[in-house]
Amino acid sequence: MTEILRVSKLNKRFGGVTVARDIDFSLERGSMHCLIGPNGAGKSSFFRLLLGEHAPDGGSILFRGEDITNLRSFRRIQRGISVKFQVPGIFKALSVRQNLEVAFQKHLHGHNLTATVRRVLDFTGLLDQAAMPAGNLSHGQQQWLEIGMAVGVEPSLLLLDEPTAGMSPDETRKTGEMLHDLNRRGITILAVEHDMAFVEQIADRVTVLHVGAIYAQGTIGEIVAHPGVQEIYLGTADA
Amino acid sequence: MKMQDTHPSLASAAPVERRPAAMIWLARLEGPQTMGRGPWFWAAAALLVLAAALYPAFSNAYTVGNAAYFLVWTFMAMGLGVIWGYAGALSFGQTAFFGVAGYGYGILTINLGAAYGLTVLSLVLAVAAAGAFALVIGYFMFYGRIRGVFVGIVTLSVTLVLETFMAQTAGPQWRVGDARLNGFNGMSGMPPLTLPWPGGDIVLYPGIGFYYLMLGLVVLCYLALRMVLNAPFGNVLVAIRENPARTEMLGYDIRLYQTLAFGLGGALAGLSGALYTAWGQYITPSSMGLTSAALPIIWVAVGGRRDITATLLGTLAVLFGFQSLTIYGSQYALVVMGALLLFTVLVAPGGIVAAAMHQLGRPGGKGRR
Repeated sequence: MTEILRVSKLNKRFGGVTVARDIDFSLERGSMHCLIGPNGAGKSSFFRLLLGEHAPDGGSILFRGEDITNLRSFRRIQRGISVKFQVPGIFKALSVRQNLEVAFQKHLHGHNLTATVRRVLDFTGLLDQAAMPAGNLSHGQQQWLEIGMAVGVEPSLLLLDEPTAGMSPDETRKTGEMLHDLNRRGITILAVEHDMAFVEQIADRVTVLHVGAIYAQGTIGEIVAHPGVQEIYLGTADA
Repeated sequence: MKMQDTHPSLASAAPVERRPAAMIWLARLEGPQTMGRGPWFWAAAALLVLAAALYPAFSNAYTVGNAAYFLVWTFMAMGLGVIWGYAGALSFGQTAFFGVAGYGYGILTINLGAAYGLTVLSLVLAVAAAGAFALVIGYFMFYGRIRGVFVGIVTLSVTLVLETFMAQTAGPQWRVGDARLNGFNGMSGMPPLTLPWPGGDIVLYPGIGFYYLMLGLVVLCYLALRMVLNAPFGNVLVAIRENPARTEMLGYDIRLYQTLAFGLGGALAGLSGALYTAWGQYITPSSMGLTSAALPIIWVAVGGRRDITATLLGTLAVLFGFQSLTIYGSQYALVVMGALLLFTVLVAPGGIVAAAMHQLGRPGGKGRR
């Protein structure tokens, strides 16, 4: 496997708070990787650094071998990174179809745009809601719509910030199946997630962040069995 | 509706029928970003244009000239609709671009004259100058990440600075070629629009000829804007208005889109400015004053800023009302305008005309949204 993302010595401070401390991280192409950690561990900040919303104080980010550390957010997206935020980042006043059109029309036009919107509506199960204002969808449907917006043009790397937040167990399971399907299509997935059952369902490897630094990395089995991770995040059976 | 149990691959859907490009552009006359669609809407629009075309036959030249005056302002209002209603940036700068093009038309035509269609060329150049000025201001604002209420503050400042500057140009040293700027006395003496024509130029003084030119331009601009706003460009503008951060995370340089929208709106305001000067053969710095800067906001807000049809109809209605009230005193009319704005904000924040159109488009109404 080849590396799609390489983060080296990434640092970021906000005043007296360090949100990223010498982070060295790499992601294999085609993998499904989860970031976990207690609240305030720096998971979302790490995402924002990857997306260019925050400029790092030091370190570098290589995406597909290219240094993107100083690129603006939209240029990173144009290079094949896509994102789904924790709070659904959809356009609530627009219809479901318009949301998808806006998401894809940068890369697709005419027939291809229409066909892709149709495919993604089918894929997300939102075909019957295509003309409905996106703000009228249920929370789970809004999450799926945003996943659809993020994957319609088949990015190389999909960043998901708590993709199942607020979902029912059934919706969570189906979201996991959806992500496996996308991964089989070659999309590398990096997800921040709190739901350990969901992490078990999707992740090849897991990274634990703690106070802005990488605390542990490994397979889900190794992470669950890690005494330190149990102490800081997962809790112990007799706790 | 639950997500289906088996997820079809993104590539597994049935093929969609291909459409020629011309059909796609024509189809953009109707779309998600503009109200009004279907035969009822277009029949009503055609009737309205027909009535406007027949209007001079039942009126006198003076009244028709006044009607042309109302139409002159609609370009500025539609431009503000693009900037504020669609791109989400409240701008007080429309009158600055209006003034740039107005003075531009005056300076160019006074120096070039009216022969050989040079007034038309001057009009085009004046509008281009206003558009270019708007692009420059837009570039510094949006690439400087100015947003929200600060866009309003910056644009109002630009407008007032221009007014202040033009107001102190009364001295004879303030001239461009043969054109005296004349401070608060205003610039005058420019020729009206003059169209070259075999057998003798057509001079468009305020009256029936000018009215028909305005009517044609309004229809043309309106239809062109419908197509632009329903095109991918318009979709992105609306996405920026709704959620700029998310739009950027879809790979769009939102600064570029905002700047282009601002430039387009500025050019439309410039068209109003140049036509206004051609109509009255006169322009003063007060056309860029505080009152002038605020009035377009009222027209567009009352009509409905998020729909170009509502903006156009609302502007015409408010202008007609304002003109009628001015008979009883301009200050009185301004107070009514303020009250109308308050009423709109409190009762129909999306605009009165837009609310009425929406109501008509509901099931049981006569039109369709």
